[in-house]
Amino acid sequence: MANTETQSILVVGGGMSGLTTAIEAAEAGYDTYIVEKNPYLGGRVAQLHNYFPKLCPPYCGLEINFRRIKQNPKIRFFTMAEVESISGEEGNFDVKIRLNPRYVNEKCTGCGECAKACTMEIENQFNYGMDKIKAAYMPHAMAFPMRYVIDPALVKSDEAQKVKDACPYDAVDLDMEPKTMDLKVGAVVWATGWHPYDAAKLDTYGFNEFPNVITNVMMDRLAALSGPTEGKIIRPSDGKAPETIGFIQCAGSRDENHLPYCSGICCLASMKQATYVREQYPDAKIYIFYIDIRATDRLEEFYYKIKQDENIEFFKGKVAKITEDESTKGLILKVEDTTSEELREVPVDMAVLATGMQPNTAETPIPVQVPYDDYGFVASLDAAPGIYAAGCIRTPNNVSEVVQDGTAAALKAIQSIARR
Amino acid sequence: MEHKVAVYICTGCGIGDALDIEELGKVATSENSVPICKTHPNLCSQEGVELIKSDIAGEGANTLAIAACSPRVMYDAFDFENCIVDRVNIREQVVWCQKPNDEDTQMMAEDYLRMSLAKVEKMELPEPYQPEQEVSKNILVVGGGLSGMTSALEGAKAGYSVVLVEKEAQLGGFQNNVKQKVTFPYKDVQDNDIDNLIAAVTGHDKIAVYTGANIEKTSGAPGLFDVSIKANGSTVDHKVGAIVLAAGWKPYDPTKLDEKLAFGASDNVITNAMFEEMFKEEKIARPSDKQDVKNAAFLQCAGQRDPNHLPYCSSICCLTALRQACQVKAQNPDANVYVVYKELRTPGQAEDFYRKAQEDGITFIRCQDPEVKASGNQLTVEADDELLGEKVVLEDLDMVVLATGMVPVTAFGPDFSMEETEEGEEEKKKEEEEEDIIADIIRRSDILNLEYRQGPELPALRNDFPDSHFICFPYETRRTGIYAAGCVRRPMSTATAMEDATGAIMKAIQCVELTSRGAAVHPRVGDLSFPELFMQRCTQCKRCTMECPFGAYNEDEKANPLPNPTRCRRCGICMGSCPERIISFKNYSVDMIGSMIKAIEVPEEDEEKPRVLMLVCENDAYPALDMTGLKRMELSPYIRVIPLRCLGSINLVWIADALSKGIDGIILFGCRPGDDYQCHFITGSELAQYRLAKIAETLDRLVLESERVRVEEIAIIDWERIPEIVEEFMETIEEVGPNPYKGW
Repeated sequence: MANTETQSILVVGGGMSGLTTAIEAAEAGYDTYIVEKNPYLGGRVAQLHNYFPKLCPPYCGLEINFRRIKQNPKIRFFTMAEVESISGEEGNFDVKIRLNPRYVNEKCTGCGECAKACTMEIENQFNYGMDKIKAAYMPHAMAFPMRYVIDPALVKSDEAQKVKDACPYDAVDLDMEPKTMDLKVGAVVWATGWHPYDAAKLDTYGFNEFPNVITNVMMDRLAALSGPTEGKIIRPSDGKAPETIGFIQCAGSRDENHLPYCSGICCLASMKQATYVREQYPDAKIYIFYIDIRATDRLEEFYYKIKQDENIEFFKGKVAKITEDESTKGLILKVEDTTSEELREVPVDMAVLATGMQPNTAETPIPVQVPYDDYGFVASLDAAPGIYAAGCIRTPNNVSEVVQDGTAAALKAIQSIARR
Repeated sequence: MEHKVAVYICTGCGIGDALDIEELGKVATSENSVPICKTHPNLCSQEGVELIKSDIAGEGANTLAIAACSPRVMYDAFDFENCIVDRVNIREQVVWCQKPNDEDTQMMAEDYLRMSLAKVEKMELPEPYQPEQEVSKNILVVGGGLSGMTSALEGAKAGYSVVLVEKEAQLGGFQNNVKQKVTFPYKDVQDNDIDNLIAAVTGHDKIAVYTGANIEKTSGAPGLFDVSIKANGSTVDHKVGAIVLAAGWKPYDPTKLDEKLAFGASDNVITNAMFEEMFKEEKIARPSDKQDVKNAAFLQCAGQRDPNHLPYCSSICCLTALRQACQVKAQNPDANVYVVYKELRTPGQAEDFYRKAQEDGITFIRCQDPEVKASGNQLTVEADDELLGEKVVLEDLDMVVLATGMVPVTAFGPDFSMEETEEGEEEKKKEEEEEDIIADIIRRSDILNLEYRQGPELPALRNDFPDSHFICFPYETRRTGIYAAGCVRRPMSTATAMEDATGAIMKAIQCVELTSRGAAVHPRVGDLSFPELFMQRCTQCKRCTMECPFGAYNEDEKANPLPNPTRCRRCGICMGSCPERIISFKNYSVDMIGSMIKAIEVPEEDEEKPRVLMLVCENDAYPALDMTGLKRMELSPYIRVIPLRCLGSINLVWIADALSKGIDGIILFGCRPGDDYQCHFITGSELAQYRLAKIAETLDRLVLESERVRVEEIAIIDWERIPEIVEEFMETIEEVGPNPYKGW
């Protein structure tokens, strides 16, 4: 297995687990490739405002990781890229990668002239569609790599040439086509992450119907300076400051009709988001409707701290239904108070659904046969000989756990290529 | 190395439109007699880079000041081997945040070029540290439980030799007592296969196992650790490069529990750990008389999630209780089994097992404060059931199992920082008063017995877990090359512990590989510079040995610092701590930053152009400053920014240098200190603040106002706040008036 050509590791997914695997392996001296489908690295954590329990910005850690990448020639990464197929065997895989066109080449300096020239707007995926951005755009404020992207819709439009001409560095390439690329690698680590469970499937919560029902991932964007409201938490219906907010735990999680498992992080995420609300609105009333608060290990101390806030009410009970007051766009949460067995109606200005984590492998499996559990999670770290699974495609995890997992996967991959 | 300096000015991205490039170039050519100074409209293009390369090849240029964009971008274009490279950030931090074609903007750009030229003059290319002894790539794993054995085996499978030390007579740790477990896919109980792991470890030719062994001492540093292992009456020495600490946990002492849980009042009140032992040895029976168990209750969070006992949650007790409850039920399907819980915690797929327990007929009672009453062999539990809203009395219980939590083995033993020193308590106290730095909690837990000046074990931050509490970098402990894994780090399940152990040995492998190349480990991975001490001027003040967050320095009997470069993380905190300024890196020194400060041109008072020096953390505050530029937010033109490796590397002499040359104010941007610190070097920003508290003396000596120096906490996402903070500081400076030292 000492084939030098295949002494490298392919990491699929440039989120926290994939980044970790690639960087950790490279720092031990191995060549790694990261294949990421977004135009930037960082995955879901790049979209978070703060981490719990330290309430610190994820970009602090991402910046260090990006610096580790920048100064390490052993790591190569491809954004807007996807794996099409994997063949071969442990120590000697052939991988086909599809590179989707960015329409901006490596000459881009990030100066922003293309965006200035562009008038077309598209939905901002980074902010979960809560605002619009120019069709020639930087994926987000601190995006790495710092390079613009041009939306295919703009390429097809009349404005395309104008945008191309605006670039002083000849970085806009409207003729870019999807390309495929072949890689020879010795091991593969699959770390494609998760997506939030589709809140539209929770039919009693009116997610798409009532503008003031949002999800937890959207809440983090609302609180972020780089988000759709420049960090102001306001009601989507009228831009007003909410006086009451309800966080609805287990929105689809621990529910056999939706996700039977527990996503592990949503309790802490809601408590973290309660601190966002509290910081902006010292008098706002916050409810957290829950079944069990799952704050394991030292995260318990964070829970303890949040409980000290008299205006945060932990309400044991599952919200059965959300209705809307059409005139005010306020919401009424129907919830069974399990301690008194009464059905109560709690009016709130805004509701945040703690939707769970669904593994991306449930929809896009690894292109080789590996065992999955009932929910689409990869059944074990050793998915198949030479192919490993890391991060939230194995189990719902918080960032710290994902880093552990990504680091472990790095070693497993090294074992596949470097048995000394 | 003889410096042949070359300056390159990019005029792209609006730079050429906003500045007088010819005048800027004169800073290099006329003022500093730099032999090569070139401009290019798009320096990062292939053509621009070729221009630089041809000067390197043809003219022997080896010291490059590149005035263009931020060093955070175009890093690959401007990467020139064997050259000193400084990036003068005139894009993000000048033209993108300043008025174009303005006198002040021009002065700013010119100052930055001056500062860069002063900087590169004081820089040398670092040469990697090569110790006299050969670097060992072997790894020591401390603890032969599930985590330790997993670490050892995974490391050996990657080709590394491992020394595994277990204090008990046999391998296996706590898992030896566990007959069955619940893990992925969490559908049912499974047999515990710890014996297979033991066999794999003992049978592996790359693993040397010592049982019944303890570590008498660990001296040295990463790559060069000397470990003395005492086993079977003799001592064996091993040289290792890195260490995985997987020493595990002990159950919380049940005799400390509240009386209402009745531990000790009846033999039939046992703990979850005692249950495992019983189940392993024989069938489940009433402890007092070995009769069948017909009724049993499991009480969760016994002495946990409780500020009077363990404030944290041990994470696994809910799942353990569910399993044990199912085991009782499996033995006697007619048994009445209750789980009394405050909050049931089965995250992830473990929820499936909770569902199974419900299906198996376990009764769940949600109660915050149950009480156990013992009378003879029979026990009663009284619980206010929150779901039913009434008091439930569980009578005729044969057994009550208390879910006590996990305590890391690092929690036992006296606190080293409270010990009397050999010289006597007086001196130690005096030192502490003087220093006013909160000492780390290091307990003499007799695990590693490190011969480190700062203490014999790993420092803990909270609840005695030797964790650095980084979310993004969970393996970073406060001792370089020593990585904690498993339940000594935080309470975790077996599945997580195995993964954690694999990750920890990965970090250990990385450490030996980097150390063997003379390169730093996290977070300045690959940095080849290291601190060098000019010992003739050392006054044995001990600041460097005490302040290093990673314990890199030992001391000889005369209190001379003994640096261990392979323990060093290259933050420069020691450099900042040294009042004699004897610590420097080849490419980072007190003199280098001092020269940059001295290179700033300070206009005369009547020009009414104040100057504010900003010393900023390069990890977070500097990127935030870039963002203000990227967002085209306007910043005061009077600031001059110098990034530091860590704000903790700040040396007070820089403040004096700046003030005595007429700079009106100094503002420092660092990370959040305290419990939820964000400093990448743990205590750096805290130490900076502590040092700054002492700046009053300097200011008094110069008869200057204290308002001239300020520290601000800046997180990487705080870019929006920066213009405000700077503006507010400029107003303060205006109120205080110009620095009277101008023009001296």
